[in-house]
Amino acid sequence: MSFLHLVWAFFISNLLGYGGGPASIPLYQAEVVDHYKWLNLKEFGDILAIANALPGPISTKLGAYVGYEVAGIGGVALALFATVLPSSLAMILLYKFLNHLKDNPYIKEISKFVLPAIGIMLGMLAVQFTVVAFEGSGIWHTLFLLVASYLALQWKKVHPAFVIAGTLGYGGIFLG
Amino acid sequence: MSFKDLFVSFFRTGILGYGGGPSVIPLIRYETIDKYNWMDDKEFTDVFALANALPGPIATKMATYIGYRVGGAIGAMVALLAHIMPTAFLLIFILGGLYAFNQSSIVMGMIIAVSPVIGMMLGLMAYEFLKKSWKGLGKTLSIVMILISLGLLQLLGVHPAIVITLFILSACTKIFYQNRKYRKASQHPTMNRSVGK
Repeated sequence: MSFLHLVWAFFISNLLGYGGGPASIPLYQAEVVDHYKWLNLKEFGDILAIANALPGPISTKLGAYVGYEVAGIGGVALALFATVLPSSLAMILLYKFLNHLKDNPYIKEISKFVLPAIGIMLGMLAVQFTVVAFEGSGIWHTLFLLVASYLALQWKKVHPAFVIAGTLGYGGIFLG
Repeated sequence: MSFKDLFVSFFRTGILGYGGGPSVIPLIRYETIDKYNWMDDKEFTDVFALANALPGPIATKMATYIGYRVGGAIGAMVALLAHIMPTAFLLIFILGGLYAFNQSSIVMGMIIAVSPVIGMMLGLMAYEFLKKSWKGLGKTLSIVMILISLGLLQLLGVHPAIVITLFILSACTKIFYQNRKYRKASQHPTMNRSVGK
């Protein structure tokens, strides 16, 4: 039964995730944390952190890990299959009709209309993680980490992997 | 054409591409066009355009398509697996290691510290999406749709999948009525723009 749920959760999250990997993150959270309760929000955050610090596509990394947690190696295979197969097959099949599809007003408009919803979902998730941080480490550590990571990522354009590594170091020393 | 080349090139783009899908596109472009000459610039741009328009992860769609184009169904499998498997297992391995020590207070501290930073990263992603929506839909429509999403998701607790489906349907409705209006307005059949079906 959990195999079916696994396939469904990753299939639906990627079917509706317009705008690449990051668009699927809030949809994953809705299925994995809120609906099926395979992980709690904190665990989901850990996975996001490490996944962000590693190279490669984000949604397949998340899918593989959640699949592994839920059902071992078979779960990895199923979650990855559900994540990549539908859209990849669509890509191969639809490419023949590319000249029709490229300027198809429906496809263009759908990928635009979905943006505000994805943006808000990502924003809500961002707030949830900040709340978790307040509860876990208090206001000063949270504020410091928020400001420092903002400056590093946005202003200094530090590589996310280094930001995560630095954060882990900070946590190990000051919060351990 | 060789499967080894496919494997090596997509292994490389998977393991070197940091920051998720979008950052990988230039690497894939380099392997596909400059290094192995699998397709020309125009075809690559077309593949990218379609991958962008379809839902789901972008780089994996491109890997599958380019693999298919170069080596058929087996090529698609080789390119896809080479692209996604190494980092997928790396994540399982690293997290497994981290959780093995989750009694240690150092690891606990690390895990606690990560939350606000992930919040910030997601917040920046959210900002990118809202900026794109601002550009694509205009100010007024963006704000209206942001408020509708907030209301549905936060106040009414509607499932995200339902919210997105609703937005997809409204996009289709909008185009459908635009096309109908357009057809009624133009009397000459030659003026009709095909809907793409």
